[in-house]
Amino acid sequence: MNKTWNNKAWWMVLPVVLLVAFSAVIPLMTVVNYAVQDTFGNNQFFWAGLSWFEEIMNSERFINALGRQFMFSGIILAIEIPLGIFIAMNMPKKGWGVPVCLVLMSLPLLIPWNVVGTIWQIFGRVDIGLLGASMAALGIDYNYTQNIVDAWLTIIVMDVWHWTSLVALLCYAGLQSIPEAYYQAAKIDGASNWAIFRYIQLPKMAGVLLIAVLLRFMDSFMIYTEPFVVTGGGPGTATTFLSIDLVNMAIGQFDLGPAAAFSLIYFLIILLVSWIFYTVMTNMDKEG
Amino acid sequence: MAWMAWTWQTALFFVLIFLTLVSMGVWSVKAPQAPRKGILMIETTPGDRLFISLLGSAWICLSWLAMFGSPLWWALLVCVVFAAAVFRWV
Repeated sequence: MNKTWNNKAWWMVLPVVLLVAFSAVIPLMTVVNYAVQDTFGNNQFFWAGLSWFEEIMNSERFINALGRQFMFSGIILAIEIPLGIFIAMNMPKKGWGVPVCLVLMSLPLLIPWNVVGTIWQIFGRVDIGLLGASMAALGIDYNYTQNIVDAWLTIIVMDVWHWTSLVALLCYAGLQSIPEAYYQAAKIDGASNWAIFRYIQLPKMAGVLLIAVLLRFMDSFMIYTEPFVVTGGGPGTATTFLSIDLVNMAIGQFDLGPAAAFSLIYFLIILLVSWIFYTVMTNMDKEG
Repeated sequence: MAWMAWTWQTALFFVLIFLTLVSMGVWSVKAPQAPRKGILMIETTPGDRLFISLLGSAWICLSWLAMFGSPLWWALLVCVVFAAAVFRWV
């Protein structure tokens, strides 16, 4: 049968194209323009070439912040993903426990970032916070404003508290979609719990698990509000992540040129990682 | 337009990217190509290969700046070779 090709439907895409151009492409072009120039305000710009990129790529400040950022994302993924799977596997499958668990698990997700930051900022204080005061009463030297390890621990535990539910809920949805027949077959074959997890549950969860990893990676890689409220990037620069450093540079120091180059490099890192995740996910879908 | 702080160099950069996108679009309408699997074992269309080339080129240039500094002429040559390789084998 000969179909008539009609590409008029492409015009339907036009509103989205305009919207994305207005909200993302044009601002991004402006950032590119800023990245090759220097300004002292007054909308006057001076050509700087690629020197800002050279400076940022060789700046210890950027490389350290990037290292801290990858370390943070790595640590929270290494905790939240296994913990989320573990919680999802132990959540009730039916009965009154299901809605109770679902509501309790969703609660942390509903709290805005700055509120989470404030809660933990107070919670960890040695003078008035429950956690800080309890630690002090137990004789443990805990102070997130002065000790680097304590600051990192506080931020990591805060992130785990805030976001593990997301991983758990996604995995729970994946687990619920496995038909009972799979488990019955495994039982007949005398499969161990580990074999059931490895060959039935994990493959069936793989799709949602990748989404969970992607979401948690993206979110933790651009984290700003929570560590900013709790530690303000300190002690020193111990918890200054990329976004905190970028804001300091762009708004604190008003170094628009270097900050623009910084954001473009930041953007390219995120683009690269997202592309890798996206490619892996879509190819797994095609194969699976 | 003044607020966007245009320079002719960045304008040229974007015009080139825009022209590449348009010509790739025209090419895909004139001679449609089925997705294929290359050395990366992933299915790619010509558009995907263009994206990989551009993203890879950005990283080649950044690495060049980090290691040798400007100018980027040799890095651009590496980018062209890289893009050709991507279109040929990926």
